[in-house]
Amino acid sequence: MFPASRYSSRAHRCIRALKTVPTDHAAPQLYTTLHRRACSSVSAPRITTHYTIHPREKDPRWEGVEMERFGDEADVVIVGGGPAGLSAAIRLKQLANEHGKELRVCLVEKASQIGAHTLSGACLEPTALTELFPDWKERGAPLNTPVTEDVFSILTEKHRIPVPMLPGLPMRNHGNYIVRLGNFVRWLGEQAEELGVELYPGYAAAEVLFHEDGSVKGIATNDVGIAKDGSPKDVFERGMELHAKVTLFGEGCHGHLAKQLYKQFNLRENCEPQTYAIGLKELWMIDEKKWRPGRVEHSVGWPLNRNTYGGSFLYHLNEGEPLVALGFVVGLDYTNPYLSPFREFQRWKHHPFVAPTLEGGHRIAYGARALNEGGLQSIPKLTFPGGLLIGCSPGFMNVPKIKGTHTAMKSGMLAAEAIFPQITAESLDSETAGLHVPEYAETLKNSWVWKELYAVRNIRPSFHNYFGLYGGMVYTGVFYWIFRGKEPWTLKHCGLDAHQLKPAKDCTPIEYPKPDGKISFDLLSSVALSGTNHEGDQPPHLTLKDDSVPVARNLTIFDGPEQRFCPAGVYEYVPVETGDGMRLQINAQNCVHCKTCDIKDPSQNINWVVPEGGGGPAYNGM
Amino acid sequence: MSGRVLVGVKRVIDYAVKIRVKPDNTGVVTDGVKHSMNPFCEIAVEEAVKLKEKKLIKEVVAVSCGPQQAQETIRTALAMGADRGIHVEVAGKDYETLGPLQVSKILAALAKKEDAQLIILGKQAIDDDCNQTGQMTAALLDWPQGTFASEVSLEGDKVKVVREIDGGLETIKINTPAVVTADLRLNTPRYATLPNIMKAKKKKIANVKPADLGVDLTSRLEVLRVDEPPQRQAGMKGSTELSRRDS
Repeated sequence: MFPASRYSSRAHRCIRALKTVPTDHAAPQLYTTLHRRACSSVSAPRITTHYTIHPREKDPRWEGVEMERFGDEADVVIVGGGPAGLSAAIRLKQLANEHGKELRVCLVEKASQIGAHTLSGACLEPTALTELFPDWKERGAPLNTPVTEDVFSILTEKHRIPVPMLPGLPMRNHGNYIVRLGNFVRWLGEQAEELGVELYPGYAAAEVLFHEDGSVKGIATNDVGIAKDGSPKDVFERGMELHAKVTLFGEGCHGHLAKQLYKQFNLRENCEPQTYAIGLKELWMIDEKKWRPGRVEHSVGWPLNRNTYGGSFLYHLNEGEPLVALGFVVGLDYTNPYLSPFREFQRWKHHPFVAPTLEGGHRIAYGARALNEGGLQSIPKLTFPGGLLIGCSPGFMNVPKIKGTHTAMKSGMLAAEAIFPQITAESLDSETAGLHVPEYAETLKNSWVWKELYAVRNIRPSFHNYFGLYGGMVYTGVFYWIFRGKEPWTLKHCGLDAHQLKPAKDCTPIEYPKPDGKISFDLLSSVALSGTNHEGDQPPHLTLKDDSVPVARNLTIFDGPEQRFCPAGVYEYVPVETGDGMRLQINAQNCVHCKTCDIKDPSQNINWVVPEGGGGPAYNGM
Repeated sequence: MSGRVLVGVKRVIDYAVKIRVKPDNTGVVTDGVKHSMNPFCEIAVEEAVKLKEKKLIKEVVAVSCGPQQAQETIRTALAMGADRGIHVEVAGKDYETLGPLQVSKILAALAKKEDAQLIILGKQAIDDDCNQTGQMTAALLDWPQGTFASEVSLEGDKVKVVREIDGGLETIKINTPAVVTADLRLNTPRYATLPNIMKAKKKKIANVKPADLGVDLTSRLEVLRVDEPPQRQAGMKGSTELSRRDS
C-alpha cells in the first residue's frame, strides 16, 4: 500500500503502528492523529547547539581558538547570591573579624544585581536573621510588615470554608514578617559588601573544576560570545577560574551544578529523590480601601482537585503603598499533562474571596520559581571533598509552613562556622587538595533546622492517599498538631515528579477560562512584566540530550506538557515549515530560570544549564 | 595632541525592564530597578578602546554624572578597557533634573581640564531619547561634530566620520579636537569579563563636583507630568469601497 522506499524509518514505524491499531480502541481517531502529528516527514531539526551537548573539542569551528582561562585564588568561593550564600559569606567575614584573620571570600551570582533572581512569597521567620545580626532592625533590614492577621481557607468553586489558625499549626505566622525577599537579599548583599565580601553579580558559575585527586578545586564562570549556532563570535572570551580551599554551592532549588555534583560524588544514594512544586507570583497595587497591611491569607482547594497538591497565598505588605504579593503553588507531582500551573493561578484570582481585593488595582510584577517539597527524606549527602551544599539546593524548606528562607540562612551560617577553623588552620591537614568538611553535616543534624524538618517530615507525603488533600489535612491535624511529629515512622514520597504524568490519552483536557485582562492575564504579557531578557545570539540554555525526544515522546504520549508547565512560554510546538508534523521551538530568551522544565520533563531530556551571566529576570523586590 | 579621549557613559534603566510610572506622575520608578550602561554608550566605549588598541590614541577616560551608583557604570567602562574614570557627583533633586544642557556643560569643562583630543558619546540615551548632549557639547566648545557615526577613522589631525542620515550615509572629515556620537552600527561592544572587572577595581575613579568645574546645575526645564502612553485602541476594519474608488 505504501511505497516502502520513500519514507524515513520513523514514518515506517508510524505506518506500521497505524495498521496495527485495534478497531475497538477507546479513541482511535485521537490516537492515530497524535501518531500522524508526531511523524514529521522531515527528520528532527537540530535544536540544541550548546557545547555541553556538542563538545567543542570535536567541533571544527573551534579549531585554533584560544581556550586558556585566567585563574584566581580565594579562600572560599560561594556560588549563588541568595539568602544561604550571603549568610555564609557574612558569617565567614564576621568570624574572620572576630579572630583577626584575613579571609578572601568571593561570591558569584548569575543575576545582574543581587536580588534580581530572587522570588518568594514571603513570610520570613526572623530566627536565623536574629542569630546573624542581632541588631538587624538598627541596620535597616527591610522587615517592615509584621503579620497581624492570619487567614486560612479551603476554597470551593464559589465558596470558602474557613479553617481556624490554632496555635501549634505549622501555617501560623505569629511573630513573622511579610517581606519582599528580593529587597531583603539586596540588603544582605549590602551587609556582605560592607564586611568585605567580594560580590560578583552578572557572572554565572558554569563549570565545576576538579583537582587531580577528584576533589573540587573551584568553579569557572560562563564563556561569553558564543553564537546561537554554537560557533565562536569575534567577542568570544573564556570564563574565569576561581579556585578555593572550599566551594559552597547555594544555587537555590534544583541548581544545575548541584545536579552534576550529585552524579559526580554519588550524593543521592541514601536519600529519596527531591520532589518539587512551582510557585508563581504577582505583585499588585490595589485600591487603598481594600488594603489591610499585615494580613496573610492562604488557601487550598479550588481550582485544584483534591489529588493535586497546591494552594495560594496573598500577603498585604506595609511599606507605605497599598501593595499585595499574591501567588499560587502547584506540586509538580501532578498527574494530568493538561494542567497548566500558570492558568490555574490566573483562574484562582477570579474566586469570589480573592477577586474583590484585586478589583480596581493593577498588576506591576510577575515571576515564577520552583521550590522544594521533599523535606528531610530528600536531603542528600551535604559534603564532599572540596565543597558543600547549602540552602534550597539540597533543600531545607519546611513545606507545611511554606518557609525555607530561615533554614537556608541557618545552613549557610553553619557551613561558615564549620569551615572557618579548617581554612584558617596553620597547617591544612587534609587528605584531598580540596577540603572535606563533614562537620557541617554534623552540626546541621544537631541544630534546630533538623528538629524542625523532622517534626514536619510526614505532612507532605501524607497527601498521597485516596482522599488527597483532605487525608493530608487530617493527618496533619492528628500527627503534627497533637503529636508534634513524634510518630516513629517516616512516610515516603512517590518517586521522581517527572514520572508522575499520566499519558494524555488517559486524562481529560482542562477548560481554562480566557483571561479578562483586568484580573487574569495571558502568558506573554506576564512574561514581559518579569523583565526577563537574554543576549539573543547565544546557544539556547535549555539543552536537550536528544533533539528527537520532544516530538517522538513528549508530544506523542503526553501532548507536550512543557508548553503548559513553563511559566514563561519558552516551549512551543509549532508546525514544521515544509511537510507535516510538529517541531519543538525553544524561546530561550523568555526563560525566567524557574527550573520547572528540568524537573518535570517526563522524558528527563531537558537539561537546564546556565546562560550568559546577567541574563534572566529582572525582579525588583519579589 | 594629547591623545586623550573622553567617553561619556550614562547609567539608565535596562532596556528589557518594563517601565512603571510613579503613582504621583512625577517620573518613573527607579528604586531597585535593574540599571545598566546605555547601549550607545557601550558602543562609544568600545570605539575608544579600539582606537587605543590601534595605538592611534593614548588614554581613554570614562566619565559619568550621577549618584553613587554611577560608579558601577564607570567600572564597567574600565573593565572594557578605559584607563581611568571620572565620577561627577550629582544626586537627589539635582539628579532628577539633570539633562543634556547641564551634562554638556560638565563635559565641556572636563574636556578643557583634561585636554581631550576627542569626545566620544552615545548618540542618545534610551531613557530620555534626547539626542542633544553631543551636539550641545560641541557647540559649547566650538568644536566640530560627527554625529550618528557608523564608522570613525583618525587620519593625522583630522577625523573621518561616516554618518547615518535619513538619505543614506554621509562621509565628512572634521578637524580635531572634535565630538563624535556613536550610532548602532559603529561596532559590537565587547563583554566586561570577570578578570577585567577585578582589574578595573584597581583603576582610579576621581570624584568631582559640578561646582568645582564651575557648572550651574539649575534646569531650564520643569517636568509637569509623566504619564503612560495611551492604551492601544483596537483597529477598525475599513470598507473595501474606498480602495476601489482610488484605483
